[in-house]
Amino acid sequence: MSLLDKQFSDDNIVITKVDDLLNWSRLSSLWQVGFGLACCAIEMMATSASHYDFDRFGVIPRPSPRQSDVIIISGTVTLKMATRIKRLYEQMPDPKYVISMGSCSNCGGPYWEHGYHVLKGVDRVIPVDVYVPGCPPRPEALLEGLLKLQEKIRNESLVKKNS
Amino acid sequence: MKTTEDIFEILKTNFGESILELISTQPIEKYIRINNFEIDKVCLFLKDNEDLLFDNLMNLSGVDDANGKKTLSANGTQIISGGTLSVFYHIESTKYRHKLVLKTSAEREKPDIASVSKIWRHANWHEREAFDLLGINFLNHPDLRRILMPYDWEAGFPLRKDYENPEFYLGMKVPY
Repeated sequence: MSLLDKQFSDDNIVITKVDDLLNWSRLSSLWQVGFGLACCAIEMMATSASHYDFDRFGVIPRPSPRQSDVIIISGTVTLKMATRIKRLYEQMPDPKYVISMGSCSNCGGPYWEHGYHVLKGVDRVIPVDVYVPGCPPRPEALLEGLLKLQEKIRNESLVKKNS
Repeated sequence: MKTTEDIFEILKTNFGESILELISTQPIEKYIRINNFEIDKVCLFLKDNEDLLFDNLMNLSGVDDANGKKTLSANGTQIISGGTLSVFYHIESTKYRHKLVLKTSAEREKPDIASVSKIWRHANWHEREAFDLLGINFLNHPDLRRILMPYDWEAGFPLRKDYENPEFYLGMKVPY
């Protein structure tokens, strides 16, 4: 029998693919930038707290973009803040992911028409991986968004182009 | 505790022509209109006079009265010429528990109003906000910069009734 057929029978040896190992390690410790913008940030903090416990998915707030994997845009992106968000995003090391949380950062939300100071969607300055709808989204919705992001990372490959 | 009418009489005997009128139309709160270049002297008096002692500026807010001549420009946007921009002051005495509303107006083309930031220190940021959003120029303000909008915002003052939002800001599209 080959090694692959009895991958769990020998002591302390697990056989896997490099892609799977890398993807599994990436998606299991998504450190987010410690960064909040508006009322969505309150929900994001509630998600991080003990009741919803973001940490069980390996998400912890990291107070430096240089050591973070994911940035959650949690709230209204004003034009003044958009330039700062772009700078934060560019400081993050690859591979990096963006979750747009709430209607404001998805498309401008209630400010879409008369918000003279609001960027109508954070995807106008940085690429977004997952959009979480809601105003603000409940913590369960943000967890769902994170699971969607994990699913996306699980299907990545070193050689294949992303589908 | 003094009523707005009592305070109006006190101000009228001390400042005369600078105190323009007492407006008491229901249902809004009564207020006193004051000359825009004398507002700082009147406010200092209101704060220091022993029978008044208005030590707390509860709010200072700018208003676009939009009472000028309204015309339509070639591309269909509204232009207002003439008329006034105004500032409302809501002040309170924590000792005597009386409150007062003041209003002062300046011409839209040259909106100069005397600053009260030396009298109540927190007026500093309130006046910066009124400058930022309506373009009211506060004379003798120590640091009249924009406070909410970006420092390099060049499209004008957003809360004016004839304001037009720009198409782009630093390469970012602004309209939906």
